[in-house]
Amino acid sequence: MTTKQAWRPWGVLAWFAGILFVLPVLWMVLTSLHSESDAATNPPSIAAKLTFQGYAEFFGATTGVSPWPPLLNSASASIGSTVLVLLLSVPAAYALSIKPVRKWSDVLFFFLSTKMLPVVAGILPIYLVAQYTGMLDNIWFLILLYTSMNLPIAVWLMRSFLAEVPKEMLEAAAIDGASLVTTLRKVVAPVAMPGIAATSLICFIFSWNELLFARVLTGVVAGTAPVFLTSFVTSQGLFLAKVCAAATVISLPVLVAGFTAQDKLVQGLSLGAVK
Amino acid sequence: MATSASHRALGAALAVTVVAATATACAGAGGGIGPGDSSSINVLMVNNPQMLDIQKLTAEQFTQRTGIKVNYTVLPENDVRDKISQEFSSQAGQYDVATISNYEVPFYAKNEWLAPLDSHIAADPGFDQEDVLPSMRQSLTADDGHVYAEPFYGESSFLMYRKDVFQAKGLTMPENPTWQQVADLAAKVDGAQPGMRGICLRGQPGWGQLFAPLTTVVNTFGGTWFSKDWQAQVNSPEFKRATQFYVDLVRAHGEAGAPQAGFAECLNNMTQGKAAMWYDATSAAGLLEAPDSPVAGKLGFAQAPVDRTKSSGWLYTWAWGMQKASTKQDLAWKFISWASSKDYENLVGSKLGWSRIPDGKRSSTYRNPDYLKVTNAFAPQTERALTSADPRNPGVQPRPTVGIQFVDIPEFTELATRISQDVSAAIAGSSTVDEALDSGQERAARVAAKHKGGQ
Repeated sequence: MTTKQAWRPWGVLAWFAGILFVLPVLWMVLTSLHSESDAATNPPSIAAKLTFQGYAEFFGATTGVSPWPPLLNSASASIGSTVLVLLLSVPAAYALSIKPVRKWSDVLFFFLSTKMLPVVAGILPIYLVAQYTGMLDNIWFLILLYTSMNLPIAVWLMRSFLAEVPKEMLEAAAIDGASLVTTLRKVVAPVAMPGIAATSLICFIFSWNELLFARVLTGVVAGTAPVFLTSFVTSQGLFLAKVCAAATVISLPVLVAGFTAQDKLVQGLSLGAVK
Repeated sequence: MATSASHRALGAALAVTVVAATATACAGAGGGIGPGDSSSINVLMVNNPQMLDIQKLTAEQFTQRTGIKVNYTVLPENDVRDKISQEFSSQAGQYDVATISNYEVPFYAKNEWLAPLDSHIAADPGFDQEDVLPSMRQSLTADDGHVYAEPFYGESSFLMYRKDVFQAKGLTMPENPTWQQVADLAAKVDGAQPGMRGICLRGQPGWGQLFAPLTTVVNTFGGTWFSKDWQAQVNSPEFKRATQFYVDLVRAHGEAGAPQAGFAECLNNMTQGKAAMWYDATSAAGLLEAPDSPVAGKLGFAQAPVDRTKSSGWLYTWAWGMQKASTKQDLAWKFISWASSKDYENLVGSKLGWSRIPDGKRSSTYRNPDYLKVTNAFAPQTERALTSADPRNPGVQPRPTVGIQFVDIPEFTELATRISQDVSAAIAGSSTVDEALDSGQERAARVAAKHKGGQ
């Protein structure tokens, strides 16, 4: 990324598009640092005095409501479901790419077809199942749902990543007399690492940001961070700064996860085994 | 071939077992978590400032005295309505108490989703049910004669205006203005100060936004949504005349950006001196007269403008309803009895300030000298508006069901919201009132057909 490259017309366009996409996020952060009355003015007051009041409100300065339980709920739902998804999707993807089962493309299509029903169409039966099994307001139920929600995507992603593992490497390992476990650990895993990182990141983001299921199925104890975020919206009084502060804090873990995984991704790709 | 088939079958069986095992493991581990504490109740409520106040005061003032822990879930208005209807219709029993409005109470009670409160009220003379304003009691009592909710705070609607601006222009506002007088005054005060418009009226689509004030105008102009025998009346001459009047007034002398302006926007306009009058909820008065408001002390208050009726203020309350499926109804009543009591009003008054008490529900509030000291500018007008509202008979003709600024049927929210989008477009100038109400009539007729004969 030299200066020379950045001045090319496409580079300028890329910068322009990039800024266009980042601008709303920056706007959110700026608004979160304004006082409620400055945040609500029209036209917006960009140069207004900065304050951390919105963040103080988020951490319960006036209501005394702690944001930690919902944040922890979100963390357990996202991490728990991501781990489950990986445990299930990696073997499935292996069976669909490296050692493909018969009619593996049908199987893949079956996985994809489970995503074809709009989520909202399933919400009522799922609610009733949760109610009759006593799983309403239970974080384990969300973990289960998020796992099944993300599993098809993860299988598809992992399959395409594992399909990249060159047959020659597997054959070479077989000739050297490597066992299945050794092959998986020493040959497949390093090549698949970027794929696993990308898949976990996507699953984590999807579950962290999920609102519909969380809003409908949780209540007093299992509420997640996005549900908590909406609780700042009121039809009487000002709330923009508070909501922006809450949105900023709640997007932080995703950003952190994103940067971490990006690092892994680049690392994994540059370790390319064939070149 | 046979081997491979059996392999596949085995594989499939294994996969099913793994998924099932995971599922049961999750279910088993999760069983222990849940709001099962015997001395705690769960309350679902709307995110309004009065609710946040009670949330703050509960631990110290209620739990310590009674030992009852209260777990609150707070959600914005639309979300909380969804959640409450989902929770109450399935009688899931997760929440013991929820904030419901006088719009929900009659049909929730009919569907047997609410626990009647009469026996609790009778056993709790300290609560003083007779002190609750009659219009409030009436709107929270279902057709079967039982009380199904207790008000937390209530509001009517009235006209707020800038006394200072009127004085400077040599104008006076009658105590009971007619809409024609208001329109004439709006023309005269329009532009009285730089950037100041004559009046602020809601134009934002929504049954609870545009159609709250507009339905009161329709009522007093002699219109109604439905006749007594469920005939849709949305494109009747009276409904059209009222809507045309409202749209013309907003277009001529209303606020900038009227098609998007709701309660919050008008409140902002009024606070920032961008409107000389505002017809809206009585609860806005407390916000305009708050110590940090730039227009505090500059306001006058008049009754809701009328045309053919004597009064036309609306009636709205957020009230505590108890879910029928709740297993902790005695604890839930203790909470309701505290939250809707005179004592709680006094507590908020002394702890947080008298302008913040959940008012508009008890007559004793309007005899309380501490409260009146802070609110004397608008308290008498508010009380008058609240007592003159008649939810069973708000217009010039008999109605099929209760409600002033709404019709108490579950379909009303969607019906009025759809029509309000077209009326809002008429305010924006991209459509006409005739078009809006003619298509509205068709929608209303479909809704009416469901209720005909079902009464």
